[in-house]
Amino acid sequence: MSTSDQQEPPRHLAMPELLIGIGLLACAAAVAWQTLAIPVSPLYSKVGPTVFPYLTMTGMLVLSLLLIVAALRGGWQPAEEKETPTDWKAMGFVAAGLVANLLLIHPLGFTAASVIMFVLICYGFGSKHPLRDALLGLILALAAYFGFARALGVNIGAGFIENPLNTVINAIIGMARG
Amino acid sequence: METLNQLAHGFSVAFTPVNLMWCLLGTTLGTAIGVLPGLGPALTIALLLPITYQVAPEASFILFAGIYYGAMYGGSTTSILLNTPGESATIVTALEGNRMARSGRGGAALATSAIGSFVAGTIGTLGVAFLAPIVVKFALAFGPAEYFSLMVLAFITVSAVLGSSSVRGLTSLFAGFVIGMIGVDLQTGQPRFTFGMGELLDGVDVIIVAVGLFAVGETLYMASRRYAGKDEIVPLKGSLYMTAAEWGRSWKAWLRGAAIGFPIGAMPAGGAEIPTFLSYAIEKKLSKHKEEFGTVGAIEGVAGPEAANNASAAGVLVPMLTLGLPTSATAAIMLSAFQSYGINPGPLLLTTQANLVWGLIASLFIANVILVILNLPLIGLWVRLLKIPAPQLYAGILVFATVGTYGISQSPIDLVILYLLGAAGFLMRRFDFPTAPVIIGMILGPLAETQFRRAMTISNGDWSVFYTHKLSLTLLTLAFIGLAGPHIWAFIEHRRRRGPENVPGDA
Repeated sequence: MSTSDQQEPPRHLAMPELLIGIGLLACAAAVAWQTLAIPVSPLYSKVGPTVFPYLTMTGMLVLSLLLIVAALRGGWQPAEEKETPTDWKAMGFVAAGLVANLLLIHPLGFTAASVIMFVLICYGFGSKHPLRDALLGLILALAAYFGFARALGVNIGAGFIENPLNTVINAIIGMARG
Repeated sequence: METLNQLAHGFSVAFTPVNLMWCLLGTTLGTAIGVLPGLGPALTIALLLPITYQVAPEASFILFAGIYYGAMYGGSTTSILLNTPGESATIVTALEGNRMARSGRGGAALATSAIGSFVAGTIGTLGVAFLAPIVVKFALAFGPAEYFSLMVLAFITVSAVLGSSSVRGLTSLFAGFVIGMIGVDLQTGQPRFTFGMGELLDGVDVIIVAVGLFAVGETLYMASRRYAGKDEIVPLKGSLYMTAAEWGRSWKAWLRGAAIGFPIGAMPAGGAEIPTFLSYAIEKKLSKHKEEFGTVGAIEGVAGPEAANNASAAGVLVPMLTLGLPTSATAAIMLSAFQSYGINPGPLLLTTQANLVWGLIASLFIANVILVILNLPLIGLWVRLLKIPAPQLYAGILVFATVGTYGISQSPIDLVILYLLGAAGFLMRRFDFPTAPVIIGMILGPLAETQFRRAMTISNGDWSVFYTHKLSLTLLTLAFIGLAGPHIWAFIEHRRRRGPENVPGDA
C-alpha cells in the first residue's frame, strides 16, 4: 500500500493468495445474499437487523479487494512457509480420520469411531504401530467417555462398546447403593 | 480500604476446600496444556465450557482462571527446553531461554521464569484488585454510544494493531462477526445467515469455533508441515537454584517487566506480544552483559519478558471484568462462560457478583503460589510431558475435540461445521491470518451490535451520537489512529521488519 512497492521489480502474482482473496469476495457475496433474505419490519427500519450485516459485508468487500491487490503484488506468504513442501499424504490421512469419525460416530458410537480416527491420524503423522495406536486410542476414548463426558454430564453417542460398559457400571452403582 | 475488605472476603470464598481443589485442578491442567504444544488455554476452556451447567460460577471461574495462569507458566517451560513457544506470549522467552538451556543453564532459566511469573503475576493480580474498582467508577458514565466506540477501539487494536498485517487481522475479525450473527436476531426475532437450515437458528457454539480453529486447524497444519524439521528437547541441566548474581540480574527485570506488562494488558487492547517484545528490548538495552544476548543466553532476557507476559495476562482481566470487554481469545471464551450463567460482565459485576469477582481475584493469588511450586520442584514431571510423541498427541487432541463438539447436541451437522472451520483454520495458519480475532469478533460482535442499536434507538436513528459525545469521539479517534497510524508511519519510514509471527499452539 505504500508507493515504495512500485520501484521494486514486478513480482509474479501469487496464486494461492489470489484464491483466498477471491474466496473472501465470494463470502462477502454470500453475506449480501443472506442479508437481503432477512425480512425487515418497518418498525425497525432505522436500526434493524440488517444494518450490521451490511456494514460487515462492506468491510469484507473492501478487505477482499485489498487481499487481491496484495496477491497480485506477489502475495504475503512468509518465505519459510513457501519453502516447506506440504505433506499432502499426512494431511490426507488426518482428513480421512476426520471423515471416518463423522460417518461412523452414529452407527458405531463414539469410542469405536474415535479409535479408527486415532489410528488414521497417528498413521498420517508417521506412527508405524497401528495396533499399539488402536489400543492407546481405545484407552483414551474410554477415558474421555467415562472421565470427561459422564463427569461433565455431556451426552455423547454411545455405541456397541459403551452400552455394555454402561450397563455394568450402572449395575455396580446400583449394587453399591444396595 | 474498601478493596482490602473485599479482597479479604474474596479469600474467604477462595479458601474453601472445594474451591482450593478447583484452583489446584485448574493450575495443574493449565500447566500441562501450556507445556504441550498444540493445546492452549482458549481451546481448553472452550472444551470445559459444559462444566458451567454443572457447578457454581465461582467454581468454574476459579478453574478457568487457574488454567489461564497455568498455561502462561507451562508455556515458558516449552519455550526454554524445546525452542517451540508453547504460547504466542512466550515467543520472546524462547529467544534467550533456549540459548541458556543449550549452554547448560536451563535450570536457572526455568527458575527465573517461574519466580518472575510469580512476582509479576502477584503484582498484576494486585493491580486487578485495585484498578478494577477505579475503572468501574469511570465506566458507570458510559452510555451505549461510548460502549460501542470502546468496542470499535478494541476491535481495531486486537486485529489491526497487533499482529503482522492489519488487512489479514481485520479479515479474521469480520469472519468472526459473520459467525457471531448466525442465528436468531435477539431484538427482532428474525433469523440471520441460517441459509435456511433449522440447525443454525441457535447460532454456532463458540466451542465449535474454538475447537475447529485451534484443534482441527492446528492438527491439519502440523500434519502438512512434517517436512519442516523438528526441534530437539534440550535435556535439563544445571541447578534450579539461581546464584546471587543471577538473582541480582533477575529481580529488576521482573519488576520492569511487570510494570510494562500490566498497563498494556489492562488497556482495551490486550495482547501479550507487545509487552514481551518491549520488555526484551529494554532489558537488552539496560543489560551489563550485552554479549550474552543471542549467544549463550542472557537471564534478563528471560526474566523481563516472562514477567511482562504474566502481568499482562492479569491486566487483560481488568477490561474483561469491569467492561465486559475481552481482548484475547481466552478472555472472549471466559466471557461466553459468563453468558452461559446469565451474568453480564460490566461495571455492575463487582457489586452484583461480589462473591464471584473477589473470590476469583483471591484465587488468582493462590493460583500463583501453587504454580510456582508446581513449576519449580515438580518441573521434571512437565519435562516428561514434552516427550509425548506428536502422532499420539494430535490424535488425542482430536478425540477430545469430538467429545467437546458432538457432546453439544449429538448432531453430525456440528461435526461438519467443526471440520469446515478446521479447514479454514488450516488455511489461516498456513497463510498467516491470526485466529484470535475470529473468536473475539464472534463473542464481542453481537454485543457491539446491541450497543450500537441501543445508541441509535435512543438517538432516534441519528448517527451523530457517536461523534458528538466527547468520550465516544475520543475513542473513535484513537481507533482511527490505531488503524491508519501504522500505515502513515510505514509510509514515512518505509517498510520495517515484520511483527511477531504466529506460533504453534496460539490458542
